[in-house]
Order: sequence, then structure tokens, then C-alpha cells
Amino acid sequence: MANALVNVPPRARRGEIIEIKTLISHPMETGYRRSQLGTPIPRDIIRLFVCTYNGTEIFRAELHPAIAANPFFVFSTVATESGTLAFQWTGDNGFSATESAAITVD
Amino acid sequence: MSGSSARLLAASALVLLAGTAPAGEIPTAERRSGYDFMSRETRTMQDDDTANPGMLGVLEGGTLWARKTGAAGRACADCHGDGRASMKGVAARYPAFDVTLKRPVNLEQRINLCRTERQQAPPLVYESRELLALTAYVARQSRGLPIDIAVDPSLQPFLDNGRAAFYRRQGQLNLACYQCHDENWGKRLAGNPIPQAHPTGYPVYRLEWQSLGSLQRRLRGCLTGIRAAPYEYGAPELVELELFLMWRARGMAIESPGVRP
Repeated sequence: MANALVNVPPRARRGEIIEIKTLISHPMETGYRRSQLGTPIPRDIIRLFVCTYNGTEIFRAELHPAIAANPFFVFSTVATESGTLAFQWTGDNGFSATESAAITVD
Repeated sequence: MSGSSARLLAASALVLLAGTAPAGEIPTAERRSGYDFMSRETRTMQDDDTANPGMLGVLEGGTLWARKTGAAGRACADCHGDGRASMKGVAARYPAFDVTLKRPVNLEQRINLCRTERQQAPPLVYESRELLALTAYVARQSRGLPIDIAVDPSLQPFLDNGRAAFYRRQGQLNLACYQCHDENWGKRLAGNPIPQAHPTGYPVYRLEWQSLGSLQRRLRGCLTGIRAAPYEYGAPELVELELFLMWRARGMAIESPGVRP
């Protein structure tokens, strides 16, 4: 089970630019390291992060090796309507995590 | 010898007799947390609970707190209730003297004693994800509170051992803790500022480690750095050193979970 922390302002004015922050727990193992016995440690990273706002995609990021453990994203969007921001992280070894946050737009 | 230095000597001798400030100890007003030596970016990371990766451990610790485990089928919450209230200030008092074991135990050991005795579960491995998460969760509840090590006669010999270790030269580099952290703090070692070694934010999320880590992991890292053989995790020597460091930082505010470079 993955832990994720999401910070979305609960209320905003219509047309306001809001900042969204997400942090997820993940080792982001690069696949380039070797164990103390010399065997390669297989790659285990998050490959894709997508954020949708009432079903419309507003932010997407592809991740690669050499991105630090526990990836942290900060991005902004325009508050257009009340609804839900949904976040999805997918990656190696069938990794998948979702989180959502509600926003009220006046 | 001039008159002023003679007076200074006399004054320091008096202070030594009073037992409040051993020679070389950093005066209370000059004590600074490792936080003050960090870059603005790292400080921002620690201050923002959504950006501080240590909070992921706290989040996980909160889940573990409520999970029933062991042969007794009990969760931490079954005895201690809501940890956010019952654990307030606890981390600020550890390491603390354990009457049964007749020695001080640190927070990790206390959690494991609860596991083996009350929950009848196997102890968690040092530096395991679960133990760090639970420790972070408990320590988080003391954020902002002053470190408060109550020294009584039972704890005194262990504190003295810890102090002796702090001032003892060891390892192939023949260095003692105080030579860096009392006498040369604020200067740079391999490009990084030397902090005063006040354990205010443990368990810390260290960017170099890319994970949470305990104070003992930090101490073992220092020991390896001076080319000394590190003590095993949970060794009494490390707990005594932890005790001395916490006592040395008495009155400073807990920041857990801290972020360090």
C-alpha cells in the first residue's frame, strides 16, 4: 500500500490560480545499483503521474530513473468549477496508487 | 597570567564545581539546531507537511498505531488511545530509565518492549520501515515541545558514560565527537556545515539516505566516518550517547520528523 499526501486548497474563487502539491511514498530504485553481493537490484520506479480535474487531464508527468525517492510534484491550475481532482501514479511491478481531493469553487 | 584570565579561570572552575557546564560545552544561548545550518530550500521542505517526506512515515505510523498485531491481538491504540493526545511530549523525554531492565531505553526500544510484552509480537528490526514509521508517528506528537530529560540518580551513571563517549577520542582518525561538534561547529567538512549535534528532529528524513533514519543510524555513520567500528543497533553504548545528546539539547524544541541534507 502506498502512502500519498495531497494538498489542494479546499475552496477557491472561479478563475483563481491554485497550487497543488503531491508527495508519494516510493523507493524509486534506479535499476543501476547492485546489492552487496554484486547482483543487480531490479528497477522499481513510478513511470507515470496523471492528475485529472472532473475527468479532464490537467497534468501529466513521465518519470525516469534518477528521480529521487518519494517523488514530490507541485503544479498549478485554474479553478474552473467545483468537483474532484483525481491523482494517479503507475509504475513498475504493477504499482498503482490513487488519491483524490474535493474543491469548492465559488 | 593577567588578572582577567585568572578571574576567567576561577569562574570556570566554579562552574565546573557546580556541574552545570563542563569545559567546552556550547553555551545555552549559542545552541542551534541542525535546521539553522540547512539551506533555505531544505528548511522549506521540513516546514511544509506536504513537502516533508518524513510525514509519509508519520502517516504510515498512524495506520500501524491502529492495527491489531501479535498473539495478544492488540493495537497500540487499544492501550494508548488516540496517539495524537497520549503521545504528546513522550519523545521529548526519551531515552528514559526502564525500571525492569535497570537501564535507559530509547523510543525505538520502548516501542519494541511494548510489542514483545503487551502485544506479544516479535520486535521490529532496527531501521525497518515499520519501526521508523511508528517512531516518527510518536515523535511527531512532540513537535514544538522542549526536550526534557529528567536526570535522577538512576540515570546519572548512564548519562556520565554517554558524556565520556562524547569526549573520548576513538577510531583510526583518533577523533572525539566534541572536536567537531563543540569546537568546530559552523565550519565546513567536505563542503558541508558541521552542526552542533543536537538530535532535535529524529527520526529524520535525510536526503542523502532517501529515507527516514534513526539517531543511531546517524551515530553509526559518524563512527564509521572517524574510522571506528560502529556499535550494533540498540547497543547500550549508543543509547547512552543518545541520552547524553538529548540531555545536551535539553530545552530545545523537537522538530520531528526533521529533514536533513
